[in-house]
Amino acid sequence: MLEVRRVTAGYGAFTALWDVSLTVAAGEAVAVVGPNGAGKTTLMRVISGLVPSRGGELVFEGTPLTGRRAHQIVAHGIAHVPEGRRIFPGLTVAENLKMGAFLPPARRAYRQSLERVYGLFPVLAERRAQRAGSLSGGEQQMLAIGRALMSRPKLILLDEPSMGLAPVMVFRLFDLIRRVRAEGYTILVVEQNVRQVLKLVDRAYLLEVGRIRMEGRAELLSEQDFVRKAYMGL
Amino acid sequence: MDPIFLVEAAINGILLGGVLAVLALGLNLIFGVLDIVWIAYVDLVMLAMYAFYFMVQGHGWSVWVAGPATLVVGALLGIAVHLLIISPILTSAPINQLLATGGLLFFLQSFATFLWTTDHRSVRLSLPSVEIGGIFLPFTRVIPFAISILAMLALYLFLRHTYIGTAIRAVSQDRDAMALMGANPQRVYVVTSAVGGAMAGLAATLLSFQYSVHPFFGGQFGPLTFMICVLGGLGNMVGAFVASFVMSEIIAIGGVMFSTEMGYVIAFVVFIVVMFARPGGILARRE
Ligand SMILES: Nc1ncnc2c1ncn2[C@@H]1O[C@H](COP(=O)(O)OP(=O)(O)OP(=O)(O)O)[C@@H](O)[C@H]1O
Ligand SMILES: [Mg+2]
Repeated sequence: MLEVRRVTAGYGAFTALWDVSLTVAAGEAVAVVGPNGAGKTTLMRVISGLVPSRGGELVFEGTPLTGRRAHQIVAHGIAHVPEGRRIFPGLTVAENLKMGAFLPPARRAYRQSLERVYGLFPVLAERRAQRAGSLSGGEQQMLAIGRALMSRPKLILLDEPSMGLAPVMVFRLFDLIRRVRAEGYTILVVEQNVRQVLKLVDRAYLLEVGRIRMEGRAELLSEQDFVRKAYMGL
Repeated sequence: MDPIFLVEAAINGILLGGVLAVLALGLNLIFGVLDIVWIAYVDLVMLAMYAFYFMVQGHGWSVWVAGPATLVVGALLGIAVHLLIISPILTSAPINQLLATGGLLFFLQSFATFLWTTDHRSVRLSLPSVEIGGIFLPFTRVIPFAISILAMLALYLFLRHTYIGTAIRAVSQDRDAMALMGANPQRVYVVTSAVGGAMAGLAATLLSFQYSVHPFFGGQFGPLTFMICVLGGLGNMVGAFVASFVMSEIIAIGGVMFSTEMGYVIAFVVFIVVMFARPGGILARRE
């Protein structure tokens, strides 16, 4: 479904990603893990078009998307839930969700999408008239995911969904992501909670200082001594 | 002093406040979305006032036709300023952006002087006054006030209830996140500049009821408009609305108690004092 081929990207004179290749098949859940500053967020931003790539290719469902801007890429069915959630704090919960359905095809299906999102996250229905900035961290993350679902994507990019959440909430959130997955969405997720995320996904990539260091099935990767010591603290 | 004069001044303050609020909201809307202060905003109003003047005095159009036409002129001016001046320097340092829109101000003043000389021109509208309880309310102020309130209501509904209006508010909070929703930021900027320009065009029509236009008209209302925006908190629409009436009341009441000049001096002093007490504007949330 998604193919990232030998992508290089960075900021100014700085290169954050070197020759990164990655694939996600339809229906799969894939994780990217790695230490702080490895380039995980940059990789997500390249896929969603927020950061232009300097080399390499991006192909989604057979369509080359290299060089497309963020607002064009959403239209192809890739929704990005950015690091730090990035909800619109001054808009209400309902308005945030409405913005998720900004594109005309999504707008036409607004009612059904809304029902689906409220079904997944009932708390958002309760808080629909509330300013999004006044939600708790966990609720804001649900809103960010719900907003992404409103665009009726095929692939969802989740960048550190558990960031800044209390342990109980992290647990619940992973459960919710599992339910989102069960609805048939394909997921590419970046996480620091390596142990938990490896239980959620089929495959994982390990990114270090801008390069893919390891790749494999989740259960095999979690068996690796190196990963256990470095990222799972075992 | 007869208290009736104070009441009359207070009412005049409210009437002036409506038109000031249109100016302040237009400027503030653009700032909120683009993070750029259009220094030349009131000079666009000046251009639109000339447009209105020539439509009415030159071509004999009715004000009911010339008014909406001026609104369109304002929207087109707004789009032109965005595409020609702002868009190429969107990512450069804020000081360059200020210099560019400041430069536009001098250009527009010189341009108007060159084409139309420094003569003061006015559309002479002779409208009656109404008298309520010994207070005279001139229609040249009541009508602009009523229209400005309706226009602001329309702006409110636009920003609240349309997709693009909500997107404008969303972009002012998080540009990149709105791009991730599928909104082309460039398109949102153009729409915002058009709406801000239309507000300038509307203000031009409303100000033409009372004031004559000349190339340096911007100097008369520009500084006041910026003060109102800063007082209300840059980018804060409700704040700008409230600050417009605060300032217009101070100017109107100070004007009858002392003199017009003193009214402005007091307004300026209040502005400075408030800025020391609440640097984020009168409605700033305490962090
Ligand atoms: N906007 C930016 N401008 C310049 N450098 C940046 C920018 N964003 C990230 N970087 C740099 O790029 C590198 C990769 O950053 P990135 O945010 O992709 O890492 P990450 O793996 O997501 O880290 P974290 O786990 O802390 O979120 C870092 O060295 C970072 O300092
Ligand atoms: Mg990151």
